[in-house]
Amino acid sequence: MVAIVKYNAGNIYSVFCACKRLGYEPVITDDPELLRSADKVIFPGVGEARAAMEYLNATGLADVIRSLKQPVLGICIGMQLMCRHSEEGDVDCLGIFDAPVERFRPTSAVDKVPQMGWNTVSANGASDKNCLFEGVADGAYVYYVHSYRVPVCADTIATTDYCGEYSAALHKGNFYATQFHPEKSGSVGEQILKNFLAL
Amino acid sequence: MLAKRIIPCLDVKDGKTVKGVQFVNFRDAGDPVELGKQYSELGADELVYLDITASHEGRKTFTELVQRIAAEVSIPFTVGGGIHELSDVERLLAAGADKVSINSSAIRRPELISEIAARFGVQECVCAIDARLEDDGQWRCYLNGGRIPTERTLFEWAHEAQERGAGEILFTSMNHDGSKQGFAIDALRRLHEELSIPVIASGGAGTKQHFLDVFQQAHVDAALAASVFHFNEIPMAELKQFLADEGVVVRQTCK
Repeated sequence: MVAIVKYNAGNIYSVFCACKRLGYEPVITDDPELLRSADKVIFPGVGEARAAMEYLNATGLADVIRSLKQPVLGICIGMQLMCRHSEEGDVDCLGIFDAPVERFRPTSAVDKVPQMGWNTVSANGASDKNCLFEGVADGAYVYYVHSYRVPVCADTIATTDYCGEYSAALHKGNFYATQFHPEKSGSVGEQILKNFLAL
Repeated sequence: MLAKRIIPCLDVKDGKTVKGVQFVNFRDAGDPVELGKQYSELGADELVYLDITASHEGRKTFTELVQRIAAEVSIPFTVGGGIHELSDVERLLAAGADKVSINSSAIRRPELISEIAARFGVQECVCAIDARLEDDGQWRCYLNGGRIPTERTLFEWAHEAQERGAGEILFTSMNHDGSKQGFAIDALRRLHEELSIPVIASGGAGTKQHFLDVFQQAHVDAALAASVFHFNEIPMAELKQFLADEGVVVRQTCK
């Protein structure tokens, strides 16, 4: 069973639809038992870090997510919430990835914040291409919408470039995360979701 | 590098696309879902669906349509038309829309932008502006699809929208819309230079060169058009190839 974490962030229905297109019947839930017993957990969302963390802490979901043992995929704000600390609302996050979340620092007027649209993803910089990117061409385009980013760190498995290079995807143990939205990235995104769901 | 976006715009009335669509071998050109899937496969980067239905019943139909689009289309889409209050935004985002576009209702009550940004984040709100370059040299903003002039002007309103938390500005030049003579390059360039959020150009697309001009001369982030795509006057893949050959960074889908 694929579980999608239900919390106070938007865009959950799109992830649900993308899983269904791939033939899965995901469950959207905030029930700790269901989340712990799922084969895969997706932690999606579009939202604001402080409000999201306050909600996750208050409901106990923060501890549930941290303690999950099966493959977990964080998407966009989900990925950022899995990091150590976010500049958005100056809030401590889940600390799964030991990396900070920083606001984009535009170097010229050309760079708009938020970054909104299709940018490349490169998984070949890492010494070993992560299985999440199996069948994905280097430099393939995926869809990003965000104002904050995770710098390149020890857990980085793919990078992209906007106001400098940063993490497009992270991996540590059973935790995976993408800054881009695979559920909105056409056939490339479907391949990445398919790879995760097949882990 | 972030790619420049090409965005087909579809007008929807009572759950059907309004403007005629002349794709070859196309099953149901009147079905917004099928049309969206087709555009997605052809390489469109994003879609905009505008609900031009006036009735309450039509709104319900449109919400159901948004759910079907979300279920079947795997690229981002924005919805607009008939969004007056936060509950309309909530309904459409819950149905699976990625962004909402607000126009007249934002000019009438600018707080709506602030409310959307605070509740859903800045990336959710596209502020659409219809403006006409008047004889006095001012770009005057209009309401209700260009029927009612307002006291607001393009640049000061775009700035306010940005300050209030709009994530993008979608500017349609009423002077250029439907002319097929090219986009409003000067005004778009000024918007791009003055704003820190992405700008979408709309109104005037007639040839591939017009798209190249708006990206190279006005430096906008995205260009939107309707009829040139619906009537296949400019095939999507051909446009992307042309722009790439001219050095514009675009996303090309390998097909």
